[in-house]
Amino acid sequence: MADEPSGDGRREEIKKEGIRDDVAGSEPASSAGPEVCEAVVAKLEMVADESAPKEPVPVEARAETTAKAEEAELVRAAYEHPLAIRITHWVNAISLFVMITSGLRIFRAFPSFGPKIPEKILLDIPKSLTLGGWLGGALQWHFTFMWFFAASGIFYLLFQIFSGHYRTMLFMPRDISGVWPMARHYFLFGPKPPAMGQYNPLQKLAYTSTVGLGALSLLTGMVMYKPTQFSWLAFLFGGFHLTRIWHFAAMCGFLAFIPGHLIMVALHGWANFFSMFSGWKREPEYQE
Amino acid sequence: MITRLEDKELKRKSRRELLKLAPIIALGAFAFPKVSNRLIEEGVRFSDWAAGEMFRSQHLAQTFSNSEVVPFAKFPYNFYDVVDPGVNLEKWTLTVEGDVRHPGEYTLTQIQALPKIVQNTRHICVEGWDVIGSFGGARISDFLKLIGANVGPNNRARFLEVTCVDDYYESIDMASALHPQSLFCYEMYGQPLDRGHGAPLRLQMPTKLGYKQAKYLDTIRITNVLTSGKTGYWEDQGYSWFGGL
Repeated sequence: MADEPSGDGRREEIKKEGIRDDVAGSEPASSAGPEVCEAVVAKLEMVADESAPKEPVPVEARAETTAKAEEAELVRAAYEHPLAIRITHWVNAISLFVMITSGLRIFRAFPSFGPKIPEKILLDIPKSLTLGGWLGGALQWHFTFMWFFAASGIFYLLFQIFSGHYRTMLFMPRDISGVWPMARHYFLFGPKPPAMGQYNPLQKLAYTSTVGLGALSLLTGMVMYKPTQFSWLAFLFGGFHLTRIWHFAAMCGFLAFIPGHLIMVALHGWANFFSMFSGWKREPEYQE
Repeated sequence: MITRLEDKELKRKSRRELLKLAPIIALGAFAFPKVSNRLIEEGVRFSDWAAGEMFRSQHLAQTFSNSEVVPFAKFPYNFYDVVDPGVNLEKWTLTVEGDVRHPGEYTLTQIQALPKIVQNTRHICVEGWDVIGSFGGARISDFLKLIGANVGPNNRARFLEVTCVDDYYESIDMASALHPQSLFCYEMYGQPLDRGHGAPLRLQMPTKLGYKQAKYLDTIRITNVLTSGKTGYWEDQGYSWFGGL
């Protein structure tokens, strides 16, 4: 600022010079001398207006620019998964794997829902997909991990209810309208609906369903384990035979969910996957 | 809720939260067969303990009308060795041993002299199939009183052990043995037990799985101590000992 004379300063100077020339009167350029001088001053004023800052910058505006510069270095992140959810997710993932593979081994011992005589094979499940080696071994795995599965499921439910965190994932009637656009986006390459929250309506539907499947497999499992002690539950499920079918159906539900879930996780990249370990998601795609 | 924070801060928070999951690694022990074999045996033991706690000694298993009973021909013969171990039915007696006042040999006639119970109940196999059959016999509890077993409310003997003509063996917790529907069964479908179903005497307890229903009974023993590794033919290979329903 000090090196450059301000427009006003230069104007003053020129005005003085003009006046001085005028006063000196050695040889007035013309009668219109003062007018020409004024035109020059006006011209110079215009130039000065363009090249020099007009006014001092207000304090607030200066703070805003600084914040913008710093913000560029900050990362947008959301703490999406509380510790309780992450722990139960992984305990459940492991338990479910064991329950399904050992369950298929148990089913192999009597692969039918009908009577023992005549013998029928409804589904021949390859041994390689099963766990436990034989019926007794599979039952040991099943009877061990059913406790992990039940404990993590019950703890999960209590946490969701009492923390209020369920609001991020519980499928509600207002989500119904958003299911089809999301399904169309995933399966038919339709336009992507804007992300409204942590989970889109289709995710809410899927996650809420799995909680239902978990409850169904646990309750039907209790009936199959102790049909006499839980005779009232057996009655609710339509009897001992239907309970076995419900239990199998719940597993089919999980088998439908799991591949879709894994594909989606694979498609959504590392930050999304890692958030189920660390709780924090870097740069979530939704706003606020 | 989106927050904005420095990259370093986010990494620090993420790392700290990640470490909190470390205890789950303990489940990895199940990936090692040597460890997992023991762990799943413990799991079954815990399940058996819980099952014993859940058992209600006076809660009856469902019974069925005669029209719901499957035809005799569709009641499966299940056996571990031979369907007919060739029991000499003429000379057969039940040997009674252990913590009883009147040990010795008991004939089928003595057992049949006890009040006869006929019930249509569900026989459930651990494999997953089940069949509703008609069973007749004497209550185990009545017979245990006859032999003077210690089955009173105080200092009750804990187990009933049985061995069979075909070398099968089993042991039952006393609460289940004393259940009002637990029978020494000598009839099916109103006929004397046929050889394939365990003639002349078998266990029939609708609160237990099929493998607990020992056939071709030879000896029973009342005891407080189970011989380790001899608690039941299938149990010793890994089936649940309680096997309750």
